Amino acid sequence: MKTETFDHKIYKVSRRDFIKSTSVGMTGLLLGIQLSCTDNSKKLTGNPASVFSPNFFISINGNGDVTLIAHRSEMGTGIRTSLPLVMADELEADWSRVKVEQAPGDEKYGDQNTDGSYSVRMFYTPMRKAGATVRLMLEQAAAKEWGVPVSECKAQHHEVVHTSGKVFGFGYLAEKAGALPIPDESAITLKDPKDFKYITKQSSIVDLKDIVTGKAKFGYDYKLPNTRYAVIKRNPEAGAGLKSFNPDAAMKVPGVIKVFTLDAPGFPTNFNKPLGGVVVVAENTWAAMKGRDALEVTWNKGINADYDSQKYSADMLTLAKTKGKARRTNGDAYKALSKAKKIIEADYIVPHLVHAPMETPCALANVHDNTCEVWAPVQDPQGVRKSLAEALGIDLKSVTVNITLLGGAFGRKSKPDFVVEAALISKNVGAPVKLLWTREDDIQHGFYHSPSAQHVKVGIDENNKVTAWLHRSVFPSIGGTADPKSVEPSGGELSLGMIDLPYAIDNISCETQQAKTQIRIGWMRSVSNIHHAFAIGCTVDEIAQARGVDPVQNILDLLGQDRMIDPKLLGEENSNYGEKIEDFPWNTARFRKVIETVKEKSNWGKTMPKGSGQGIAVHRSFLTYVACVVEVMVDEKNKINILKVDYAVDCGVPVNPERIKAQFEGGAAFATGIALKSEITVSHSAVQQSNFHNYFVARMPDAPYETAVHIIESNEKPTGVGEPPVPPFAPALCNAIYAATGKRIRQLPIRLT
Amino acid sequence: MATYQLTINGKTYDVEAVPDTPLLWVLRDQLDLTGTKFGCGMAQCGACTVHLDGNAIRSCSTPVSSIGEKKVTTIEGVSETGLHPIQQAWMDENVPQCGYCQTGQIMSAIALVERNPNPSDEDIELAMAGNICRCGTYERIRKAIKIAAKGNS
Repeated sequence: MKTETFDHKIYKVSRRDFIKSTSVGMTGLLLGIQLSCTDNSKKLTGNPASVFSPNFFISINGNGDVTLIAHRSEMGTGIRTSLPLVMADELEADWSRVKVEQAPGDEKYGDQNTDGSYSVRMFYTPMRKAGATVRLMLEQAAAKEWGVPVSECKAQHHEVVHTSGKVFGFGYLAEKAGALPIPDESAITLKDPKDFKYITKQSSIVDLKDIVTGKAKFGYDYKLPNTRYAVIKRNPEAGAGLKSFNPDAAMKVPGVIKVFTLDAPGFPTNFNKPLGGVVVVAENTWAAMKGRDALEVTWNKGINADYDSQKYSADMLTLAKTKGKARRTNGDAYKALSKAKKIIEADYIVPHLVHAPMETPCALANVHDNTCEVWAPVQDPQGVRKSLAEALGIDLKSVTVNITLLGGAFGRKSKPDFVVEAALISKNVGAPVKLLWTREDDIQHGFYHSPSAQHVKVGIDENNKVTAWLHRSVFPSIGGTADPKSVEPSGGELSLGMIDLPYAIDNISCETQQAKTQIRIGWMRSVSNIHHAFAIGCTVDEIAQARGVDPVQNILDLLGQDRMIDPKLLGEENSNYGEKIEDFPWNTARFRKVIETVKEKSNWGKTMPKGSGQGIAVHRSFLTYVACVVEVMVDEKNKINILKVDYAVDCGVPVNPERIKAQFEGGAAFATGIALKSEITVSHSAVQQSNFHNYFVARMPDAPYETAVHIIESNEKPTGVGEPPVPPFAPALCNAIYAATGKRIRQLPIRLT
Repeated sequence: MATYQLTINGKTYDVEAVPDTPLLWVLRDQLDLTGTKFGCGMAQCGACTVHLDGNAIRSCSTPVSSIGEKKVTTIEGVSETGLHPIQQAWMDENVPQCGYCQTGQIMSAIALVERNPNPSDEDIELAMAGNICRCGTYERIRKAIKIAAKGNS
């Protein structure tokens, strides 16, 4: 898995996956029930038992019911709505007659790894083509029935209409369309964007009513007959395993059925291996928890027994101050610094963070007779399926992964470890098992955001121009969770906000140092962009101050002339989020546009009372361009009140604007937690926080009072919005605090006292 | 093990449980009322919020033995006919993202507006500060509560 998370993003789904004819299913008896009306000019329904499903994603039955498959995991972005909506639009389906079904984990659906903000980016066009193909087939079927040219037939709103006014419903045509060959791609016409009915229009999510009524099913809401409940006690040191245990007290807890051990993987643990430990299986969740509390356990000490995050951070900072391995070099930053008239130099520290989705990791697994079926909230169902087959030693085809709604994920649930645990326990006890991670498990045994130390040094010449940019970023690599040789950030990690720096500075040196991964490090919403945007966004504000230039103007000065950035300048390691540079160039004009938009919309530079201020930071991540202005009021007790946030975002075609806004509003709140409150510390390899009373996240009084999202109208290829709201928020907030108080913030979470 | 007679959403249930079993796990594991969610197990996040005689409580930290004759209402029981005005406001404002915490949010919000039909921003923050939403839907929650409250008055 290690760097697969980045490799996955490169994977393109072939057209074959979408257009391939699977089956035109005929089920049940043909009873001759003709539901269509007798008026020969308008036939709406056909054989109710027939199902037309020309590809894996769309099926239409004889009643005209359209079922669209959502193959990406729903963790709150609205993707379970947005991609089916794209298909429905091209299909000319009536959204009120569409049912969305969640696909199980299966490679036939193409990439299902819901991660890296690429669902819309990767699937917008394929989903349009899938819908348009079926639309054409329905039109062809109608043309054949009427004996007219297909050019005279047009699908609209769940019907095909002939120029004469004759109408066939999708239901009537379904079976007939199923008898036709799949048209060649060259025959398909995508809609003119002006004809979009759903794409770029507002829409509510399909699960809305189920959510507000409590009917929506998440991972721990499924149950089978004879289901057992399990929790696991794990070594605080990841991977180190068990020395000894005594199950007697646990077995005395009423309801406890069995206590046994799972092997520890050692370190590095990898992403899909359970941490091992002592399993308590019981008749209900509470008995399992109490049984675990009663366990007597002695743990082994492993290779990271002395891991201490404070010391580690101090060591990283020392390294950040010395010349490192060059990862991007333009000109000679050291020489330019030596000639500079003014120097800005600062260090930035960000701690470990953890995802803490409201729904902790959990899974229902049923393993029997060399088969395995799971119901689980997973971002990467195919990865889960493979991991299960491997862990159980059974064939991939014998493993079924059903994806439930995800109660938040933020990257945590793209690691399959917890589902493998559930399956191993089910196999051991010979019954269906629901495994729950308690909040303590989630906070103390997670995949943590890399802690980091960064050093930035900037030179400004006598003409008030920035001539040198030296940036060192030191942090343990995600790769180190799988590969002990991975001791320095990968190019992919540096492409998340460091080496893709867009500024027109002649002399740039981006450098790294080694930092060994000593705890499970994973990717968390926007990944290394979190720390890189923080350091860069704050430094840029210091440049404005040093140059005596307004912060917005300063950013535009640094950005320089509108241009497509020459990828050679960014270096060979720049991954461009797995996309070819010609498909998704780094376009500074788009960046300038979001900056100018946020300036205008935020009423930048307005007069504010004492103790208040505005700050700006800008950051392109996951190929989406974002500018953020935060307005803050710091009271006499140093309490930080976030009054307003303005985001301007260019994510290409805004496929589902309502959900784009929601992602930005929520992203601001998520980032508020990072900026103000969240910190994981580790002592002697044990995480010191355990629940929301000491791992703090944003609550309503902390979160921005108002977040305005200004979406740039665009016909560019759409890009994702799940992660891009996060990176620029913390630096914009820090810059606002500077404007309000004169204090520079260089360490997260922010502490003003 | 003891037997408890509970009144939940207007129905009577006899449940067997050890006395310290949190109401949450009785609702979920025994009665399949899964709209009430586990979030923290220590009354820190509000995902498990239900009503006890109309007051919002954290079911993860309320032992079944402490319920007695008090009436329990869960998300499944807040409206017999369609949607409670708070639920409707939640839909009108498109509040949920992942949705996991929302039943707890809604239970806290209903208890608030039933006690205080015209809550101020401060009232809302005070009542809702115990409910965490990691997706960050706070701004819309505040708006939805105000809209529902307006509808009530």
